[in-house]
Amino acid sequence: MNDEFSCQEMTEVVTSYLDDALSPDEQQRYERHLSYCVGCSTYLEQMRETIRQTGMVPREESLPRALRDEIVAQFRKLKRD
Amino acid sequence: MHGPETLSSETALLAALRSGDEDAFSALVDAYGAAMHRVALMFVRSRAVADEVVQEAWLGALRGLDRFEGRSSLRTWLLRIVANIARTHAVREARSVPFSSVELAREVAEREPALPADRFQGPDEPHPARWASFPVPWPAEPDSALLSAETRKVIADTIAGLPDGQRIVISLRDVEGWDSAEVCSVLELSETNQRVLLHRARSKVRAALERYLITEPA
Repeated sequence: MNDEFSCQEMTEVVTSYLDDALSPDEQQRYERHLSYCVGCSTYLEQMRETIRQTGMVPREESLPRALRDEIVAQFRKLKRD
Repeated sequence: MHGPETLSSETALLAALRSGDEDAFSALVDAYGAAMHRVALMFVRSRAVADEVVQEAWLGALRGLDRFEGRSSLRTWLLRIVANIARTHAVREARSVPFSSVELAREVAEREPALPADRFQGPDEPHPARWASFPVPWPAEPDSALLSAETRKVIADTIAGLPDGQRIVISLRDVEGWDSAEVCSVLELSETNQRVLLHRARSKVRAALERYLITEPA
C-alpha cells in the first residue's frame, strides 16, 4: 500500500507518536508498520530507553545555601520597606 | 499537581505570602527554588549570572504577587518568570536571540533529518527508504550502576552541546519531566515548534547513545 510509512518516515514521526500527536489514521499506520518491522520496533524501543535514561541525568536538587539565604533576606528587606 | 488539595493549599500559601509570612516564603523557595535555578542555568552559561537571574525572579514574583490571578499554578507562574528573565540575560550575553520568532522560524524551516540518509536504502536500491541495516539492539544490562552513570554522562554531554533551543526543550521535557503544555506555556512556543526542537534533540541523544553502546558498526 502506498500510504504506509517508510522506515525513514517512521524515524521522523516517532516524537509525535510518543506525544500522542499523530492523527488517528497516522497512529494506525505507525503501529501497523511496527507490527511487521523489527528495525523500527528496535528504534522506538531505543528512543524510549533514551528518554528514560535522560530522565535520570543527575541534577541539582536544592538551591545553594548562600543563595537561598540571600533570597529570604531580600524578602525580609522588602517587608520592612 | 493541580488537584483540590493543591489549590486550597496554594490559596492559603498565597494569603500567607501576601501578609508577609516569612515561613510561607521560605517554604515556597524550598519547594521551587532549585527548579528555578536549574531553568536559569539552561539559558545562561555562568552560575553567577544564573544566581542573579533567580534573585531577580524572586524579587519580580514578590512584587507581582498582588497581580497573580491563579490562572496557572504558582509553580508555572514562577517558572515562567525565571525563564523570561533568563532569556533576557541570555540575549544580552549572546549574539543570537534564543526563541525569537525569526530565529525559531529559521531553525524549524531548516531540514534536519533524524538520521543520516545512508542509514536507509537509496532511490536506486531494492527498497528505498527502508533501513539499510536494522539498528543493532542495545546491550540489555545497562542496569549496572557504573554503566548507567557513564551512559548518563554521554547524554548530559550531548545535551550540553546542542543548539540553545534543542538543549532547553529536551532539558525541560526529558531531564526535568515537564509536559508539553508546560514547556510551550513557559517558553511561549507553539506545540509544533516545541516538538520539532524536541525531536531533533532526542534523535541526536539517541544517536550518541548508539555510538557509545555499540562498539562495532552495524
